[in-house]
Amino acid sequence: MTATIAPGSLTKPDRDEVRRFPMLRNSLTMAWRATVRLRREPEQALDAIAIPVLFTLLFTYLFGGALSGSPREYLRFLLPGTLVLTVLLITVTAGLSLNTDRAAGTLDRFRSMPIWQPSVIVGGLIGDMARYLLATCLVLGMGLLMGYRPAGGAGGTALAVALVLVFAFSVSWIWTALGLALRSAQSVTVLSFTVQLPLTFASNVFVSPATLPGWLRAFVNVNPVSHLVTAERTLMAGTASAGQVGWVVLASVALIAVFGPITMHLYRAG
Amino acid sequence: MTTSKAPLAIEASRLAKSFGAVRAVDGLDLAVPSGGVFALLGPNGAGKTTTIRIFATLAKPDAGKVWVLGHDVMTASHAVRSGICLTGQFASVDPGLTGTENLVLHARLLGLARRTARARAVELLDVFGLSDAAGRPVRTYSGGMQRRLDIAVSLVVAPALLFLDEPTTGLDPYSRLQVWGAVRWLVTQGTTVLLTTQYLDEADQLSDRIAVIDHGRLAAEGTPAELKSAVGSGVLRVRLADEGDAGRARQELGRVLGVPVVQDSDPAALTARLEGPSTAEAAAHGLSLLSREGIEVASFALGQPSLDEVFLALTGHPAQTTNNEEPA
Repeated sequence: MTATIAPGSLTKPDRDEVRRFPMLRNSLTMAWRATVRLRREPEQALDAIAIPVLFTLLFTYLFGGALSGSPREYLRFLLPGTLVLTVLLITVTAGLSLNTDRAAGTLDRFRSMPIWQPSVIVGGLIGDMARYLLATCLVLGMGLLMGYRPAGGAGGTALAVALVLVFAFSVSWIWTALGLALRSAQSVTVLSFTVQLPLTFASNVFVSPATLPGWLRAFVNVNPVSHLVTAERTLMAGTASAGQVGWVVLASVALIAVFGPITMHLYRAG
Repeated sequence: MTTSKAPLAIEASRLAKSFGAVRAVDGLDLAVPSGGVFALLGPNGAGKTTTIRIFATLAKPDAGKVWVLGHDVMTASHAVRSGICLTGQFASVDPGLTGTENLVLHARLLGLARRTARARAVELLDVFGLSDAAGRPVRTYSGGMQRRLDIAVSLVVAPALLFLDEPTTGLDPYSRLQVWGAVRWLVTQGTTVLLTTQYLDEADQLSDRIAVIDHGRLAAEGTPAELKSAVGSGVLRVRLADEGDAGRARQELGRVLGVPVVQDSDPAALTARLEGPSTAEAAAHGLSLLSREGIEVASFALGQPSLDEVFLALTGHPAQTTNNEEPA
Protein backbone atom coordinates (compact mmCIF):
# COMPACT_ATOMS: atom_id res chain seq x y z
CA MET A 1 0.00 0.00 0.00
CA THR A 2 1.25 3.46 -0.75
CA ALA A 3 0.31 6.53 1.20
CA THR A 4 -0.69 9.63 -0.68
CA ILE A 5 2.29 11.63 0.42
CA ALA A 6 4.34 12.20 -2.68
CA PRO A 7 7.22 14.23 -1.42
CA GLY A 8 9.39 13.59 -4.44
CA SER A 9 9.10 17.19 -5.56
CA LEU A 10 10.40 18.64 -2.32
CA THR A 11 13.53 20.63 -2.68
CA LYS A 12 16.06 21.15 0.05
CA PRO A 13 16.65 24.79 0.85
CA ASP A 14 19.83 25.65 2.63
CA ARG A 15 19.54 26.59 6.22
CA ASP A 16 20.73 30.07 7.16
CA GLU A 17 19.95 31.78 3.89
CA VAL A 18 19.88 34.91 5.99
CA ARG A 19 22.62 34.91 8.55
CA ARG A 20 22.70 38.46 9.80
CA PHE A 21 21.28 39.67 13.12
CA PRO A 22 19.77 36.38 14.34
CA MET A 23 18.82 37.95 17.68
CA LEU A 24 16.75 40.68 16.09
CA ARG A 25 15.36 38.48 13.33
CA ASN A 26 14.29 35.67 15.66
CA SER A 27 12.70 38.14 18.09
CA LEU A 28 10.76 39.91 15.35
CA THR A 29 9.54 36.57 13.97
CA MET A 30 8.30 35.62 17.44
CA ALA A 31 6.66 39.04 17.79
CA TRP A 32 4.95 38.49 14.45
CA ARG A 33 3.57 35.21 15.80
CA ALA A 34 2.08 37.01 18.81
CA THR A 35 0.43 39.68 16.70
CA VAL A 36 -1.02 37.13 14.26
CA ARG A 37 -2.67 35.33 17.15
CA LEU A 38 -4.00 38.64 18.41
CA ARG A 39 -5.48 39.55 15.01
CA ARG A 40 -6.93 36.09 14.52
CA GLU A 41 -8.53 35.98 17.97
CA PRO A 42 -9.44 39.53 18.91
CA GLU A 43 -11.20 38.21 22.02
CA GLN A 44 -7.69 37.66 23.36
CA ALA A 45 -7.39 41.42 23.40
CA LEU A 46 -10.67 41.87 25.21
CA ASP A 47 -8.90 42.63 28.48
CA ALA A 48 -6.83 45.27 26.71
CA ILE A 49 -10.08 46.86 25.47
CA ALA A 50 -12.56 46.32 28.29
CA ILE A 51 -10.36 47.13 31.29
CA PRO A 52 -9.25 50.56 30.07
CA VAL A 53 -12.75 51.64 29.06
CA LEU A 54 -14.44 50.30 32.19
CA PHE A 55 -11.82 51.55 34.64
CA THR A 56 -11.71 55.05 33.21
CA LEU A 57 -15.50 55.36 33.25
CA LEU A 58 -16.20 53.60 36.55
CA PHE A 59 -13.52 55.04 38.76
CA THR A 60 -14.02 58.58 37.50
CA TYR A 61 -17.76 58.64 38.09
CA LEU A 62 -17.76 56.41 41.20
CA PHE A 63 -15.14 58.29 43.17
CA GLY A 64 -15.03 61.66 41.42
CA GLY A 65 -17.85 63.30 43.36
CA ALA A 66 -16.78 61.95 46.73
CA LEU A 67 -13.05 62.47 46.43
CA SER A 68 -12.59 65.65 44.43
CA GLY A 69 -15.98 67.31 44.34
CA SER A 70 -16.56 66.53 40.65
CA PRO A 71 -15.66 63.77 38.19
CA ARG A 72 -13.96 66.26 35.86
CA GLU A 73 -11.74 67.53 38.64
CA TYR A 74 -10.92 63.96 39.74
CA LEU A 75 -10.17 62.86 36.21
CA ARG A 76 -7.19 65.20 36.10
CA PHE A 77 -5.76 63.38 39.11
CA LEU A 78 -6.95 59.89 38.22
CA LEU A 79 -6.27 59.47 34.51
CA PRO A 80 -2.47 58.99 34.66
CA GLY A 81 -3.12 56.45 37.43
CA THR A 82 -5.75 54.63 35.38
CA LEU A 83 -3.26 54.45 32.56
CA VAL A 84 -0.73 52.70 34.82
CA LEU A 85 -3.35 50.46 36.42
CA THR A 86 -4.82 49.14 33.18
CA VAL A 87 -1.51 48.49 31.45
CA LEU A 88 -0.04 46.72 34.49
CA LEU A 89 -3.13 44.54 34.89
CA ILE A 90 -2.88 43.16 31.37
CA THR A 91 0.85 42.40 31.57
CA VAL A 92 -0.07 39.04 33.14
CA THR A 93 -0.86 37.70 29.66
CA ALA A 94 2.87 37.41 29.04
CA GLY A 95 3.08 34.66 31.66
CA LEU A 96 -0.16 33.02 30.60
CA SER A 97 0.82 32.59 26.96
CA LEU A 98 4.21 31.18 27.94
CA ASN A 99 2.54 28.71 30.30
CA THR A 100 0.13 27.66 27.53
CA ASP A 101 3.00 27.24 25.07
CA ARG A 102 4.83 24.99 27.47
CA ALA A 103 1.75 22.84 28.09
CA ALA A 104 1.22 22.46 24.35
CA GLY A 105 4.82 21.36 23.71
CA THR A 106 5.48 24.43 21.57
CA LEU A 107 8.26 25.58 23.89
CA ASP A 108 9.99 22.20 23.56
CA ARG A 109 10.10 22.60 19.83
CA PHE A 110 11.53 26.11 20.07
CA ARG A 111 14.02 24.95 22.68
CA SER A 112 15.36 22.30 20.32
CA MET A 113 15.79 24.76 17.45
CA PRO A 114 19.02 26.56 16.51
CA ILE A 115 17.64 29.99 17.32
CA TRP A 116 18.58 32.75 19.74
CA GLN A 117 16.71 31.18 22.66
CA PRO A 118 15.65 34.37 24.52
CA SER A 119 13.82 35.44 21.35
CA VAL A 120 10.96 33.14 22.36
CA ILE A 121 10.32 35.37 25.38
CA VAL A 122 11.58 38.72 24.12
CA GLY A 123 9.64 38.33 20.87
CA GLY A 124 6.47 37.43 22.73
CA LEU A 125 6.86 40.53 24.87
CA ILE A 126 7.44 42.75 21.85
CA GLY A 127 4.19 41.35 20.45
CA ASP A 128 2.47 42.11 23.76
CA MET A 129 3.52 45.73 23.46
CA ALA A 130 0.85 46.06 20.77
CA ARG A 131 -1.76 45.16 23.40
CA TYR A 132 -0.29 47.55 25.92
CA LEU A 133 -0.30 50.33 23.34
CA LEU A 134 -3.91 49.57 22.47
CA ALA A 135 -4.92 49.82 26.13
CA THR A 136 -2.96 53.06 26.53
CA CYS A 137 -4.65 54.67 23.55
CA LEU A 138 -8.07 53.63 24.82
CA VAL A 139 -7.51 55.16 28.26
CA LEU A 140 -6.24 58.40 26.72
CA GLY A 141 -9.07 58.44 24.18
CA MET A 142 -11.69 57.91 26.89
CA GLY A 143 -10.04 60.58 29.01
CA LEU A 144 -10.07 63.12 26.19
CA LEU A 145 -13.74 62.35 25.49
CA MET A 146 -14.55 62.88 29.16
CA GLY A 147 -12.86 66.23 29.18
CA TYR A 148 -9.31 65.46 30.23
CA ARG A 149 -6.73 67.89 28.86
CA PRO A 150 -3.07 67.11 29.64
CA ALA A 151 -1.24 70.29 30.50
CA GLY A 152 1.99 68.68 29.35
CA GLY A 153 0.64 68.60 25.80
CA ALA A 154 1.23 65.98 23.15
CA GLY A 155 4.96 65.75 23.91
CA GLY A 156 4.46 65.14 27.63
CA THR A 157 1.73 62.62 26.93
CA ALA A 158 3.87 60.75 24.41
CA LEU A 159 6.68 60.56 26.95
CA ALA A 160 4.23 59.34 29.58
CA VAL A 161 3.03 56.61 27.21
CA ALA A 162 6.61 55.60 26.44
CA LEU A 163 7.49 55.42 30.12
CA VAL A 164 4.50 53.27 31.06
CA LEU A 165 5.32 50.91 28.16
CA VAL A 166 8.93 50.60 29.35
CA PHE A 167 7.77 49.75 32.85
CA ALA A 168 5.13 47.32 31.57
CA PHE A 169 7.78 45.53 29.49
CA SER A 170 9.93 45.13 32.61
CA VAL A 171 7.06 44.00 34.83
CA SER A 172 6.19 41.39 32.19
CA TRP A 173 9.39 39.55 33.12
CA ILE A 174 7.89 38.85 36.55
CA TRP A 175 5.02 37.09 34.81
CA THR A 176 7.21 35.21 32.34
CA ALA A 177 9.16 33.85 35.33
CA LEU A 178 5.95 32.94 37.15
CA GLY A 179 4.39 31.54 33.98
CA LEU A 180 7.31 29.13 33.70
CA ALA A 181 7.60 28.40 37.42
CA LEU A 182 3.95 27.55 37.97
CA ARG A 183 2.21 24.43 36.82
CA SER A 184 -1.01 25.70 35.30
CA ALA A 185 -2.32 28.85 33.70
CA GLN A 186 -4.89 29.00 36.48
CA SER A 187 -2.26 29.24 39.20
CA VAL A 188 -0.61 32.05 37.23
CA THR A 189 -3.90 33.95 37.19
CA VAL A 190 -4.57 33.41 40.89
CA LEU A 191 -1.06 34.34 42.00
CA SER A 192 -0.88 37.35 39.70
CA PHE A 193 -4.08 38.64 41.23
CA THR A 194 -2.69 38.44 44.76
CA VAL A 195 0.46 40.26 43.65
CA GLN A 196 -1.24 42.84 41.46
CA LEU A 197 -3.99 43.86 43.83
CA PRO A 198 -1.87 45.25 46.68
CA LEU A 199 0.73 46.73 44.32
CA THR A 200 -1.76 48.64 42.19
CA PHE A 201 -4.43 49.59 44.76
CA ALA A 202 -2.07 50.29 47.66
CA SER A 203 -0.53 53.10 45.67
CA ASN A 204 -1.27 56.73 44.94
CA VAL A 205 -3.47 55.83 41.92
CA PHE A 206 -6.77 56.72 43.59
CA VAL A 207 -5.96 58.94 46.55
CA SER A 208 -3.15 61.10 47.85
CA PRO A 209 -1.06 59.14 50.39
CA ALA A 210 -1.45 62.05 52.84
CA THR A 211 -4.89 60.73 53.80
CA LEU A 212 -3.62 57.25 54.70
CA PRO A 213 -2.61 55.75 58.05
CA GLY A 214 1.12 55.75 58.66
CA TRP A 215 1.89 52.09 58.01
CA LEU A 216 0.01 52.11 54.70
CA ARG A 217 1.54 55.43 53.70
CA ALA A 218 4.99 53.97 54.28
CA PHE A 219 4.21 51.12 51.89
CA VAL A 220 2.59 53.39 49.31
CA ASN A 221 5.62 55.65 49.31
CA VAL A 222 8.05 52.84 48.50
CA ASN A 223 5.72 51.08 46.09
CA PRO A 224 7.28 51.34 42.61
CA VAL A 225 3.81 51.75 41.15
CA SER A 226 3.43 54.99 43.13
CA HIS A 227 6.66 56.29 41.66
CA LEU A 228 5.49 55.40 38.18
CA VAL A 229 2.14 57.11 38.74
CA THR A 230 3.85 60.24 40.03
CA ALA A 231 6.14 60.28 37.00
CA GLU A 232 3.13 59.85 34.70
CA ARG A 233 1.19 62.64 36.41
CA THR A 234 4.05 65.07 36.21
CA LEU A 235 4.90 64.16 32.61
CA MET A 236 1.33 64.73 31.53
CA ALA A 237 1.13 67.90 33.59
CA GLY A 238 4.38 69.13 32.10
CA THR A 239 6.12 69.38 35.47
CA ALA A 240 8.23 66.22 35.42
CA SER A 241 11.71 66.09 36.85
CA ALA A 242 14.51 63.93 35.53
CA GLY A 243 14.75 62.29 38.94
CA GLN A 244 11.19 61.00 38.88
CA VAL A 245 11.52 59.59 35.38
CA GLY A 246 15.00 58.28 36.11
CA TRP A 247 13.73 56.40 39.17
CA VAL A 248 11.20 54.53 37.03
CA VAL A 249 13.76 53.73 34.36
CA LEU A 250 16.14 52.39 37.02
CA ALA A 251 13.39 50.30 38.59
CA SER A 252 12.62 48.88 35.12
CA VAL A 253 16.24 47.96 34.55
CA ALA A 254 16.39 46.36 38.01
CA LEU A 255 13.26 44.28 37.33
CA ILE A 256 14.73 42.92 34.10
CA ALA A 257 18.10 42.31 35.77
CA VAL A 258 16.40 40.15 38.40
CA PHE A 259 13.58 38.44 36.54
CA GLY A 260 15.28 38.16 33.13
CA PRO A 261 17.87 35.61 34.30
CA ILE A 262 15.27 33.77 36.43
CA THR A 263 12.98 33.51 33.41
CA MET A 264 15.77 32.25 31.17
CA HIS A 265 16.91 29.75 33.79
CA LEU A 266 13.40 28.32 34.08
CA TYR A 267 13.03 28.36 30.30
CA ARG A 268 16.24 26.40 29.79
CA ALA A 269 15.31 23.92 32.50
CA GLY A 270 12.05 23.23 30.63
CA MET B 1 22.19 -1.69 5.60
CA THR B 2 24.67 0.32 7.53
CA THR B 3 28.09 -1.04 8.08
CA SER B 4 29.78 -0.86 11.43
CA LYS B 5 32.19 1.69 9.99
CA ALA B 6 29.43 4.25 9.33
CA PRO B 7 29.62 7.32 11.61
CA LEU B 8 27.16 7.24 14.47
CA ALA B 9 24.26 9.68 14.55
CA ILE B 10 23.89 9.16 18.27
CA GLU B 11 26.14 7.58 20.80
CA ALA B 12 25.06 7.33 24.41
CA SER B 13 26.92 5.66 27.20
CA ARG B 14 25.67 4.87 30.67
CA LEU B 15 22.98 7.50 30.41
CA ALA B 16 20.92 8.08 33.55
CA LYS B 17 18.14 10.45 34.50
CA SER B 18 15.89 10.31 37.54
CA PHE B 19 12.79 12.22 38.52
CA GLY B 20 12.68 12.04 42.27
CA ALA B 21 12.74 8.37 43.16
CA VAL B 22 11.87 7.28 39.61
CA ARG B 23 14.78 6.20 37.47
CA ALA B 24 13.43 7.09 34.04
CA VAL B 25 16.69 6.27 32.29
CA ASP B 26 18.96 3.90 34.14
CA GLY B 27 22.33 3.27 32.55
CA LEU B 28 21.34 3.24 28.89
CA ASP B 29 23.94 2.47 26.24
CA LEU B 30 22.90 3.16 22.69
CA ALA B 31 24.55 3.51 19.29
CA VAL B 32 22.39 4.82 16.46
CA PRO B 33 24.04 4.59 13.03
CA SER B 34 23.70 7.40 10.48
CA GLY B 35 21.01 6.89 7.86
CA GLY B 36 17.83 4.89 8.07
CA VAL B 37 15.24 4.61 10.79
CA PHE B 38 16.05 3.57 14.33
CA ALA B 39 13.15 2.69 16.63
CA LEU B 40 13.02 2.84 20.40
CA LEU B 41 10.39 0.30 21.31
CA GLY B 42 8.90 -0.01 24.75
CA PRO B 43 5.78 0.40 26.84
CA ASN B 44 4.65 3.62 28.51
CA GLY B 45 7.07 4.62 31.23
CA ALA B 46 10.00 2.70 29.78
CA GLY B 47 12.02 5.91 29.47
CA LYS B 48 11.68 6.49 25.71
CA THR B 49 10.50 10.09 25.93
CA THR B 50 13.09 11.03 28.54
CA THR B 51 15.81 9.51 26.37
CA ILE B 52 14.67 11.44 23.30
CA ARG B 53 14.45 14.66 25.33
CA ILE B 54 18.06 14.24 26.44
CA PHE B 55 19.15 13.64 22.84
CA ALA B 56 17.25 16.75 21.71
CA THR B 57 18.99 18.95 24.34
CA LEU B 58 15.73 19.44 26.25
CA ALA B 59 16.75 17.58 29.40
CA LYS B 60 20.09 17.22 31.12
CA PRO B 61 21.20 13.71 32.04
CA ASP B 62 22.20 13.05 35.65
CA ALA B 63 25.05 10.85 34.47
CA GLY B 64 26.54 9.47 31.29
CA LYS B 65 27.70 10.92 27.99
CA VAL B 66 25.80 11.63 24.79
CA TRP B 67 27.12 12.64 21.40
CA VAL B 68 24.56 13.66 18.81
CA LEU B 69 25.88 14.14 15.26
CA GLY B 70 29.33 14.12 16.79
CA HIS B 71 28.60 16.90 19.30
CA ASP B 72 28.40 16.59 23.06
CA VAL B 73 24.80 17.49 23.99
CA MET B 74 25.93 19.08 27.24
CA THR B 75 28.61 21.40 25.93
CA ALA B 76 27.62 21.96 22.29
CA SER B 77 23.84 22.15 22.46
CA HIS B 78 23.57 24.84 19.79
CA ALA B 79 25.60 22.74 17.34
CA VAL B 80 23.34 19.77 18.11
CA ARG B 81 20.21 21.87 17.57
CA SER B 82 21.49 22.99 14.17
CA GLY B 83 21.25 19.44 12.89
CA ILE B 84 18.19 18.05 14.62
CA CYS B 85 14.46 18.49 14.67
CA LEU B 86 12.03 17.27 17.29
CA THR B 87 8.41 16.34 16.79
CA GLY B 88 7.00 15.66 20.22
CA GLN B 89 4.29 13.35 21.38
CA PHE B 90 1.61 15.99 20.98
CA ALA B 91 1.28 18.19 17.95
CA SER B 92 3.25 21.27 18.88
CA VAL B 93 2.04 23.46 16.06
CA ASP B 94 0.39 26.72 17.10
CA PRO B 95 -3.39 26.22 17.11
CA GLY B 96 -4.01 29.95 16.68
CA LEU B 97 -2.00 30.18 13.46
CA THR B 98 -2.99 28.82 10.06
CA GLY B 99 -1.10 25.95 8.45
CA THR B 100 0.75 28.39 6.21
CA GLU B 101 1.63 30.68 9.11
CA ASN B 102 3.00 27.81 11.19
CA LEU B 103 5.29 26.78 8.35
CA VAL B 104 6.37 30.34 7.61
CA LEU B 105 7.10 30.87 11.32
CA HIS B 106 9.50 27.95 11.44
CA ALA B 107 11.04 28.72 8.07
CA ARG B 108 11.75 32.30 9.18
CA LEU B 109 13.19 31.11 12.49
CA LEU B 110 15.49 28.76 10.62
CA GLY B 111 16.82 31.62 8.53
CA LEU B 112 14.88 31.36 5.29
CA ALA B 113 14.15 34.66 3.56
CA ARG B 114 10.50 35.73 3.54
CA ARG B 115 9.89 34.80 -0.08
CA THR B 116 11.62 31.42 0.23
CA ALA B 117 9.69 30.74 3.44
CA ARG B 118 6.34 31.32 1.76
CA ALA B 119 7.27 29.18 -1.24
CA ARG B 120 8.43 26.41 1.07
CA ALA B 121 5.15 26.55 3.00
CA VAL B 122 3.13 26.19 -0.21
CA GLU B 123 5.31 23.28 -1.31
CA LEU B 124 5.05 21.40 2.01
CA LEU B 125 1.31 21.94 2.37
CA ASP B 126 0.86 20.51 -1.10
CA VAL B 127 3.03 17.47 -0.37
CA PHE B 128 1.17 16.72 2.85
CA GLY B 129 -2.27 17.17 1.30
CA LEU B 130 -3.05 20.22 3.40
CA SER B 131 -3.36 22.84 0.65
CA ASP B 132 -7.12 23.11 1.07
CA ALA B 133 -6.68 23.84 4.76
CA ALA B 134 -3.71 26.17 4.30
CA GLY B 135 -5.55 29.30 5.37
CA ARG B 136 -7.49 27.77 8.25
CA PRO B 137 -6.40 28.07 11.88
CA VAL B 138 -4.81 24.81 12.98
CA ARG B 139 -7.31 24.41 15.83
CA THR B 140 -9.89 23.45 13.18
CA TYR B 141 -7.68 20.61 11.87
CA SER B 142 -8.32 16.95 12.66
CA GLY B 143 -5.77 15.06 14.76
CA GLY B 144 -4.25 13.46 11.67
CA MET B 145 -3.99 16.81 9.87
CA GLN B 146 -2.27 18.39 12.89
CA ARG B 147 0.20 15.55 13.03
CA ARG B 148 0.94 15.85 9.33
CA LEU B 149 1.49 19.58 9.68
CA ASP B 150 3.69 18.87 12.68
CA ILE B 151 5.91 16.66 10.54
CA ALA B 152 5.79 19.11 7.64
CA VAL B 153 7.12 21.75 10.04
CA SER B 154 10.03 19.42 10.81
CA LEU B 155 10.87 19.29 7.12
CA VAL B 156 11.07 23.02 6.46
CA VAL B 157 14.77 22.43 6.41
CA ALA B 158 15.40 18.69 6.18
CA PRO B 159 17.34 17.95 9.37
CA ALA B 160 20.24 15.53 9.58
CA LEU B 161 18.51 13.82 12.48
CA LEU B 162 14.78 13.83 13.16
CA PHE B 163 13.26 12.74 16.46
CA LEU B 164 9.69 11.50 16.27
CA ASP B 165 8.14 10.75 19.63
CA GLU B 166 5.28 8.29 19.09
CA PRO B 167 4.42 9.80 15.72
CA THR B 168 1.30 7.73 15.09
CA THR B 169 -0.19 7.29 18.55
CA GLY B 170 -3.86 8.18 18.34
CA LEU B 171 -3.94 8.43 14.55
CA ASP B 172 -6.43 6.75 12.24
CA PRO B 173 -4.98 4.09 9.90
CA TYR B 174 -4.98 6.41 6.90
CA SER B 175 -3.04 9.16 8.66
CA ARG B 176 -0.74 6.52 10.05
CA LEU B 177 0.19 5.40 6.54
CA GLN B 178 0.78 8.99 5.52
CA VAL B 179 3.14 9.53 8.41
CA TRP B 180 4.97 6.34 7.52
CA GLY B 181 5.23 7.54 3.92
CA ALA B 182 6.76 10.81 5.08
CA VAL B 183 9.27 9.01 7.28
CA ARG B 184 10.34 6.71 4.44
CA TRP B 185 10.76 9.64 2.09
CA LEU B 186 12.84 11.53 4.64
CA VAL B 187 15.24 8.63 4.86
CA THR B 188 15.78 8.76 1.10
CA GLN B 189 16.82 12.39 1.61
CA GLY B 190 19.61 11.31 3.92
CA THR B 191 17.90 12.12 7.20
CA THR B 192 18.38 9.75 10.11
CA VAL B 193 15.11 9.17 11.94
CA LEU B 194 14.91 8.13 15.57
CA LEU B 195 11.37 7.28 16.53
CA THR B 196 9.75 5.95 19.65
CA THR B 197 6.79 3.65 19.45
CA GLN B 198 4.68 1.30 21.49
CA TYR B 199 3.70 -0.65 18.39
CA LEU B 200 5.78 -3.58 17.28
CA ASP B 201 4.35 -3.49 13.75
CA GLU B 202 5.35 0.17 13.40
CA ALA B 203 8.91 -0.56 14.47
CA ASP B 204 8.93 -3.59 12.17
CA GLN B 205 7.51 -1.77 9.13
CA LEU B 206 9.63 1.34 9.35
CA SER B 207 12.90 0.73 11.02
CA ASP B 208 16.26 -0.69 10.08
CA ARG B 209 17.16 -1.27 13.68
CA ILE B 210 15.13 -1.57 16.88
CA ALA B 211 16.21 -1.02 20.45
CA VAL B 212 13.87 -2.48 23.04
CA ILE B 213 13.84 -0.29 26.13
CA ASP B 214 12.69 -1.59 29.48
CA HIS B 215 12.85 0.26 32.80
CA GLY B 216 15.26 2.79 31.33
CA ARG B 217 17.68 0.15 30.11
CA LEU B 218 18.46 -1.47 26.80
CA ALA B 219 16.78 -4.89 26.81
CA ALA B 220 17.71 -5.86 23.26
CA GLU B 221 18.91 -4.27 20.06
CA GLY B 222 19.07 -5.47 16.50
CA THR B 223 17.37 -5.59 13.13
CA PRO B 224 13.66 -6.47 13.15
CA ALA B 225 14.52 -9.91 11.75
CA GLU B 226 17.04 -10.56 14.50
CA LEU B 227 14.61 -9.58 17.23
CA LYS B 228 11.79 -11.58 15.76
CA SER B 229 13.84 -14.70 15.43
CA ALA B 230 14.58 -14.33 19.11
CA VAL B 231 10.89 -14.19 19.87
CA GLY B 232 9.35 -16.47 17.29
CA SER B 233 8.23 -14.55 14.32
CA GLY B 234 4.49 -14.98 14.20
CA VAL B 235 1.38 -16.63 15.40
CA LEU B 236 -0.97 -18.63 13.20
CA ARG B 237 -4.55 -18.79 14.39
CA VAL B 238 -6.94 -21.17 12.64
CA ARG B 239 -10.64 -21.55 13.31
CA LEU B 240 -12.20 -24.75 11.98
CA ALA B 241 -15.69 -25.05 10.53
CA ASP B 242 -16.24 -28.25 12.51
CA GLU B 243 -14.75 -28.56 15.97
CA GLY B 244 -14.87 -32.33 15.56
CA ASP B 245 -11.84 -31.96 13.24
CA ALA B 246 -9.79 -30.22 15.91
CA GLY B 247 -7.85 -33.25 17.10
CA ARG B 248 -6.85 -34.33 13.59
CA ALA B 249 -6.07 -30.78 12.45
CA ARG B 250 -3.88 -30.20 15.48
CA GLN B 251 -1.86 -33.31 14.71
CA GLU B 252 -1.45 -32.53 10.99
CA LEU B 253 -0.52 -28.89 11.58
CA GLY B 254 1.96 -29.79 14.27
CA ARG B 255 3.62 -32.23 11.91
CA VAL B 256 3.98 -29.82 8.98
CA LEU B 257 4.89 -26.74 11.03
CA GLY B 258 7.20 -28.49 13.40
CA VAL B 259 5.98 -26.47 16.40
CA PRO B 260 3.45 -27.25 19.13
CA VAL B 261 -0.15 -26.43 18.22
CA VAL B 262 -2.45 -25.57 21.08
CA GLN B 263 -6.21 -25.64 21.29
CA ASP B 264 -7.76 -22.38 22.51
CA SER B 265 -10.61 -22.03 24.96
CA ASP B 266 -12.73 -22.00 21.82
CA PRO B 267 -12.65 -25.74 20.92
CA ALA B 268 -12.68 -24.98 17.16
CA ALA B 269 -9.65 -22.66 17.35
CA LEU B 270 -5.99 -23.66 17.13
CA THR B 271 -2.90 -21.53 17.70
CA ALA B 272 0.66 -22.21 16.61
CA ARG B 273 3.68 -20.04 17.40
CA LEU B 274 5.79 -20.05 14.24
CA GLU B 275 9.53 -19.79 14.15
CA GLY B 276 12.03 -19.12 11.42
CA PRO B 277 12.23 -16.47 8.75
CA SER B 278 9.43 -17.56 6.38
CA THR B 279 6.38 -17.74 8.56
CA ALA B 280 3.95 -16.83 5.79
CA GLU B 281 5.18 -19.69 3.64
CA ALA B 282 4.95 -22.15 6.54
CA ALA B 283 1.43 -20.97 7.31
CA ALA B 284 0.34 -21.35 3.69
CA HIS B 285 1.82 -24.80 3.67
CA GLY B 286 -0.11 -25.79 6.78
CA LEU B 287 -3.37 -24.37 5.47
CA SER B 288 -3.11 -26.15 2.13
CA LEU B 289 -2.43 -29.38 3.97
CA LEU B 290 -5.63 -28.96 5.96
CA SER B 291 -7.63 -28.44 2.77
CA ARG B 292 -6.02 -31.54 1.19
CA GLU B 293 -7.05 -33.50 4.27
CA GLY B 294 -10.61 -32.28 3.81
CA ILE B 295 -10.59 -30.20 6.99
CA GLU B 296 -12.63 -27.05 6.36
CA VAL B 297 -11.13 -23.82 7.72
CA ALA B 298 -13.66 -21.14 8.71
CA SER B 299 -11.07 -18.42 9.18
CA PHE B 300 -7.38 -17.96 9.82
CA ALA B 301 -5.02 -15.17 10.78
CA LEU B 302 -1.26 -14.81 10.72
CA GLY B 303 -0.34 -12.36 13.42
CA GLN B 304 2.89 -10.87 14.61
CA PRO B 305 3.98 -11.52 18.13
CA SER B 306 2.53 -8.79 20.30
CA LEU B 307 4.68 -6.33 22.19
CA ASP B 308 3.84 -8.35 25.26
CA GLU B 309 5.23 -11.49 23.69
CA VAL B 310 8.38 -9.67 22.57
CA PHE B 311 8.85 -8.36 26.06
CA LEU B 312 8.22 -11.66 27.67
CA ALA B 313 10.78 -13.27 25.40
CA LEU B 314 13.41 -10.53 25.69
CA THR B 315 13.05 -9.39 29.27
CA GLY B 316 11.43 -12.34 30.97
CA HIS B 317 8.52 -10.25 32.20
CA PRO B 318 5.41 -8.78 30.56
CA ALA B 319 5.40 -5.20 29.33
CA GLN B 320 3.75 -3.62 32.28
CA THR B 321 2.96 0.01 32.06
CA THR B 322 4.32 1.73 35.11
CA ASN B 323 2.19 4.35 36.76
CA ASN B 324 5.09 6.73 37.00
CA GLU B 325 4.23 9.20 34.30
CA GLU B 326 7.19 10.63 32.51
CA PRO B 327 7.03 14.38 32.43
CA ALA B 328 5.80 15.45 29.04
